[in-house]
Amino acid sequence: MTQTITIDPVTRIEGHSKITIQLGEDGSVADARFHVTQYRGFEKFIEGRPFYELPGIMGRICGICTISHELAAAQACEAIMSVRVEGTAADLRRIVNYASLLQSHALSFFYLSSPDFLLGMESDVAKRSIFGLLETHPEIVRDGVRLRSFGQKIIERMAGRRIHPTWIVAGGVSEPLDAGVRETILAELPEIKALVRRSLDWFKRAMADYHEEARVFANFPTLFMTLVDEREDVLELYRGRLRVVDSTRREILADFHRTEYQDYIGEAVEPDSYLKSPYYKPMGYPDGIYRVGPLARLNVIGKMGTPEADQELAEYRGLNHLSSFYFHYARLIECLHAVERIEDLLDKPSILNPRVRAHASANVSEGIGVTEAPRGTLIHHYEVDEQGVVTGGNLVVATTHNNLAMNRGVLQVARRYIDGENLSEGMLNRVEAVIRTFDPCLSCSTHASAQIPLRVQLLDPAGAVIEEALRG
Amino acid sequence: MPVRSRVKTFTMDGQDVSGHESETILEIARQNDIDIPTLCQLDGLSIIGACRLCLVEVVGWNKLVPACATYVEEGMEVVTNSERLQNYRRMIIEMLFAEGNHVCSVCVSNGNCSLQYLATKLGMDYVRYPYLNPDRTVDMSHERFVMDHNRCILCTRCVRVCDEIEGAHTWDVEGRGYKSHLITDLDIPWGDSRTCTSCGKCMNVCPTGAIVEKGKPAGEMIKRREFLGYLTKMRGVNNNE
Repeated sequence: MTQTITIDPVTRIEGHSKITIQLGEDGSVADARFHVTQYRGFEKFIEGRPFYELPGIMGRICGICTISHELAAAQACEAIMSVRVEGTAADLRRIVNYASLLQSHALSFFYLSSPDFLLGMESDVAKRSIFGLLETHPEIVRDGVRLRSFGQKIIERMAGRRIHPTWIVAGGVSEPLDAGVRETILAELPEIKALVRRSLDWFKRAMADYHEEARVFANFPTLFMTLVDEREDVLELYRGRLRVVDSTRREILADFHRTEYQDYIGEAVEPDSYLKSPYYKPMGYPDGIYRVGPLARLNVIGKMGTPEADQELAEYRGLNHLSSFYFHYARLIECLHAVERIEDLLDKPSILNPRVRAHASANVSEGIGVTEAPRGTLIHHYEVDEQGVVTGGNLVVATTHNNLAMNRGVLQVARRYIDGENLSEGMLNRVEAVIRTFDPCLSCSTHASAQIPLRVQLLDPAGAVIEEALRG
Repeated sequence: MPVRSRVKTFTMDGQDVSGHESETILEIARQNDIDIPTLCQLDGLSIIGACRLCLVEVVGWNKLVPACATYVEEGMEVVTNSERLQNYRRMIIEMLFAEGNHVCSVCVSNGNCSLQYLATKLGMDYVRYPYLNPDRTVDMSHERFVMDHNRCILCTRCVRVCDEIEGAHTWDVEGRGYKSHLITDLDIPWGDSRTCTSCGKCMNVCPTGAIVEKGKPAGEMIKRREFLGYLTKMRGVNNNE
């Protein structure tokens, strides 16, 4: 008799999802699927609004990556206005974007995933959380809280408030940088850099205990995609060209302008999930599976572009770049890079320039904005009528790009760890942990309300639920 | 024989007050620092008593009266803030919210809106009526301004300022009841109006995010209404008489 295990909800991720694991006649895993069970609908309800309201509306998709959505929306609006934001305004946006990356990566790494590394995948589920860690590793919890607060406070100081600021506007930013804020942030940077360095140190040591996870956590060949700088082969999160490399990461398959994304990215729809499954069009569905996010970024780019992060990248290059387990490592390297970049940008003499905003009305009927959100490439695409009223929208959100890879990763981990005869919580946790490596933000990706709960269902061959583990 | 006095003495919330017979309960309340909420009323524009937020009780009268449109009388006992009045006022605000599409978080007037301010001040913490979610449009045809019918509460301040102060009478109300909505000229797109002088008075007197400047993102729309007092004073107009 076959069975289906359902993990519903998936815990310690951002948003609602469930996992179903189908067992074969012999009790082994036949199939596993990751389902996103929430629906947002932002693409629909922006219709009829003035285009320049979109950064404010789209920022509301998420309380964590507000900045990313606002930046992608603002860039799309600027395409509609035929305005290119350069100089100080672009630099200020970059600083806030790095700050957003720091707070988001701190949330993913420290709050959501570090209990797995520090307490163990099989440890007592009641204590396997940031609160459990507080008893055993208070100094690490403190670092996580500090890093997240540092990122959030930059956003507050520069953009007015920590969550859903309205400072990023179509045409630039609403306020220039205050000299006092610049000094405050610069003064805190050395402490934050030391914090990131010591986190890298302990994580690199901890990785030695996770060889098996690194071997089976979504470890398979896929393509990788990210934004790269328009001129140099370095990491660029704010704006650039899109690049896709093959699974060896040595061959560039495509390098294209954001306006061409639909030539390269197809969006498939599966009946059991609100999350679409994008694929690399030239290779078709589902062979065109690709990954985005910190791991993909480090795999695509030649250099980080900052000295200390480049040293870490050299070490990272010695690892198996196909394993999603190293998303965590890539995330920490990016934090180091972000701290270095924030310092460079704040040191620019032009950073206090008060000219930070352009004004224009709708000049063209379509606009596409692409930025690298903490979890990967984020595409906003709008259409407007001749007066600037939005007539249509399409979003391809970071988590969406990773859907095929997350599904395959769940199957790989389930096959390695799930024993249908003797189901344990620790087995299920590994299935969830592979999802966590991707740091999915499901509220963003499906364009639904949030609560963070995992459900695993064990189904028989006829599809009847045999066993169900519930959490959340 | 007693001389008829034009100065009336009466009480408001137990306090002895007086006012000229040409003054309204609202004016005397404001002179005595007694706060009565208003929405459609604006100094310098004619009185229509439409929003009913300024309803007050007068002891012995069998109905509530709008403070903005009721002249003071000798010996009246006015109550401005009973529990019954507070409940009615909240009810009115809730109905306004339920009737339109008021999404404060992403509204251009967030933080600078009379409707939002009153909802907070009157303690509206939920809306007891089902939201109608009407299908309304945004008119972006004007070069400088935007009419967002989703945010309109039909206070008609724009209609009055355009007619009484600017003298253009571009704005008017069409339809009845639930279907009432603002129109420009004979219901043509605002940008096509030949009477509109693009003076912006309607935008500045609008209490919500319904008539706004084009290009203002969420929270940036701040209305400036000082002009109305200056204009009416210079012209010697008093629409209240």
